[in-house]
Amino acid sequence: MAAPFQEVQSVRQGARSLDIELRAITKRFGDLVANSNVNLSIRGGEILGLLGENGAGKSTLMNVLSGFYRPNEGQILIDGKQVQFSGPGDAIRAGIGMVHQHFMLVPVFTVAENVVLGVEPTGPVDYLDMKKAREQVRTINDEYGLEVDPDALIEDLPVGIQQRVEILKVLFRSAEVLVFDEPTAVLTPQEVTEFYKIVRMLRDAGKALVFITHKLHEIHEVADRISVLRGGKIVGEGFPGKTSDKELAEMMVGRPVTFNVAKGDFKPGATLLEVKNMTVLRDDDSVAVDDVSFSVRSGEIVGIAGVQGNGQTQLEEALSGLRRVTSGTVKFDGADITNSSARALHRMGFAHVPEDRQHSGMVSDFSIAENMALNTYYAEPFSHGIVMDWKTVRETSARNAAAFDVRTSSIYKPAGELSGGNQQKMIIAREMSRNTRFLLASQPTRGLDVGSIEYIHKRIVAARDEGDGVIIISSELDEILALSDRILVMFKGRIVAEFADGVRQPSKNEIGLAMAGAVA
Amino acid sequence: MSEKDLQSVTDRLLQRAAPGRAEFEDIVVVPVLAVLVAIILGGLIMLATGVSPANIGKAFVALFNGSFGSLNAVSETLTAAAPLTLAGLGIAIAFRAGLFNIGAEGQVIVGGVAAVVVGFSFAGMPPIIHVPLALLAGAVAGAFWASIAGWLRAATGAHEVIITIMLNLIAMRLLDYLLRNPPIQKEGRADPISKNVLPSAELPHLFDWLDPLMRVHAGIFVVMLAVIFIWWLLFRSTIGFEFRAAGLNPEAARYAGMRSGLIIVLVMALAGALAGLAGANQVLGVLGRVSPNFSGGVGFDAIAVALLGRSHPVGVLLAGLLFGALQAGGRQMQVDAGVSLDVIAIIQALIIIFIAAPMLMRGVFSFAFAKQSKR
Repeated sequence: MAAPFQEVQSVRQGARSLDIELRAITKRFGDLVANSNVNLSIRGGEILGLLGENGAGKSTLMNVLSGFYRPNEGQILIDGKQVQFSGPGDAIRAGIGMVHQHFMLVPVFTVAENVVLGVEPTGPVDYLDMKKAREQVRTINDEYGLEVDPDALIEDLPVGIQQRVEILKVLFRSAEVLVFDEPTAVLTPQEVTEFYKIVRMLRDAGKALVFITHKLHEIHEVADRISVLRGGKIVGEGFPGKTSDKELAEMMVGRPVTFNVAKGDFKPGATLLEVKNMTVLRDDDSVAVDDVSFSVRSGEIVGIAGVQGNGQTQLEEALSGLRRVTSGTVKFDGADITNSSARALHRMGFAHVPEDRQHSGMVSDFSIAENMALNTYYAEPFSHGIVMDWKTVRETSARNAAAFDVRTSSIYKPAGELSGGNQQKMIIAREMSRNTRFLLASQPTRGLDVGSIEYIHKRIVAARDEGDGVIIISSELDEILALSDRILVMFKGRIVAEFADGVRQPSKNEIGLAMAGAVA
Repeated sequence: MSEKDLQSVTDRLLQRAAPGRAEFEDIVVVPVLAVLVAIILGGLIMLATGVSPANIGKAFVALFNGSFGSLNAVSETLTAAAPLTLAGLGIAIAFRAGLFNIGAEGQVIVGGVAAVVVGFSFAGMPPIIHVPLALLAGAVAGAFWASIAGWLRAATGAHEVIITIMLNLIAMRLLDYLLRNPPIQKEGRADPISKNVLPSAELPHLFDWLDPLMRVHAGIFVVMLAVIFIWWLLFRSTIGFEFRAAGLNPEAARYAGMRSGLIIVLVMALAGALAGLAGANQVLGVLGRVSPNFSGGVGFDAIAVALLGRSHPVGVLLAGLLFGALQAGGRQMQVDAGVSLDVIAIIQALIIIFIAAPMLMRGVFSFAFAKQSKR
């Protein structure tokens, strides 16, 4: 296939700049209307910020634009001409490229190999011309200053660079419109800054960019124009700097939102949890948590920041009885609880909100009621001996679902049918509706909408104000900063920095640097 | 939220929606269509293999007559359904816990052998003790046999499918060995056959006062009790809750403090006990002794029964009855129309294919299904 290369050439010679109009787009899935009469214009040389909560229809809309879905009604116009995409291939040929949240790269291939995958330059008899491929990749790379080594293996590259490879891929296919779906979710703060630079540069080169996010500060940082989507409809427009966070959030959620988590005064009590020289291994016996010591007091929220994959997951598992502590001790209220079982910890009053809620925090095919009893089923009042008391389970579940704002029509519904935010609220309800003494929450609001985040933060702070010890593990710096009384930063299995509130308010940049391993 | 609001939301959440159309389609429409289509295709296969249309008609009449056409036919259906349902329950409960128990056949064999040993020993024991004791022996032997697989899985991670297949082969060879050696081989016989079960250990025939040929025996009560017990265990006990949680999401079960190793061993033991009971049931109620291949593949057909019954105890019972009917009717078909019994095996296989491919059924018979709303 030689065609794409020629196109790339032609693009570089006379940069065409696309204007795209979405007119009255409606997309239905059965009875569910994902997009309703959406009008949107995307212009070359501009960054459009598409803001909306989860389930607002952002991804559906962009999937319509990039040819994955066909709209039920409405038109797509490119430079005033109506087009119809019968698949993603058509959209790519028309110059629309999507950079997905989850990268689609082959880890053992080089950058150049990944970029040309599917549109490889070939010579006679289908000879794969890697030399040409590398040159082409290098040309685009240099043109946009992406600074990616075409010969590097993907698996050796940090996430931020991998994302640039995804961008390279789209540019290689001569895209003029680039759609980014929640692009910063996986990046460190420093990588985010770099990423913004690239996005701006692409804009200055005349590309049209769509930046999908639910984070307000990002939209202010990078967008030129903002459209807000709620319930499948465009509910408002705004401009960064002119439209306030409050207005945007209200458009997005449909009601006023408070940003600051109201915390009671910091009145820490006695030390509750004490971790000493703890070492934890991964499944492959590599060291995940390396000789870590820290403590958590009653009435204190300790935030553990860090880029994912620096041992937080294993720390969480070790503290919740799901992974063996290889050496070191864990004490709770003075008693040694090293390698206690998950159930023993649960009995002591540990609440645990796991990192991956669908993978381990719930059983999707179980009803909400069954999920609410997932780890309390074995004791009174939910069972007598080995006989389940479903009536009590259901009544308690319904009450907790109501009290914790789990939005559903019935507790008989499978938990898998709930939205992410409601699933998380269900887990929080299960974990925190009992008498707890300690809360371990990992990524408690990952992927959730503003409304749910606000609610869950309130609950976490409430637990702390009632005197629980709390550990929050999060890769979301804003969350760590908003909630924590004390911040620990993990890097390569070690705690490399500690920031105590009151003593010195750390800046985002300071923490970000520590997360990247650069300890001052 | 005020206390009153909270209460009203709570009450609303407690309401159960009426069973939806989708559930009805899953539980009723798909299996019924699968059976119908399989039978029709079975007819086409007969046609293709040179059976005359008249004979095919005769065959289907015989299939019905032999399964439900008379009291005797019903008796045959129930007799054939009993071991299928018991072993099917064993496979179903393993499915529920996320385990694929291919080993029912071997468990049926060891269960049957244990029952026959107890059955021919203990002369003079009253039936009220002897029968339950022999059944118990079958269950315990099956449980032991299956626990080996469960224990290996829990302790070493060895896959239960492979281990149970191996255990099947071992059980078959063990049976051959035992049947050729004392004390199990019948005295004075050179061929592999066991001693006969004593009358005091036989599951009594229920209607032999009506017609001495009616073979249906007290084993059907064992089946009914087993169906009720497994239903209760799965849906009303903490143990069943653990089984189901571990089956649907082992990570979540671990997170919730359930002990997965123990669950695996327990589930396999229970599955084995049920399959062992199936073997005992055959030996004490129908065969009266053990011979090579006495199990007749019940343990394998039971996999199909569990699948067709969607691993629900009541579904397994219905599927067991259907397969029992096909077997009983198939024999009649062979006699009346001269059609090979293999056609029945083909029909059974087709049913499973259609059950396993519900999207196929939905596609072909789109009129029978509501429009898919999502996905």
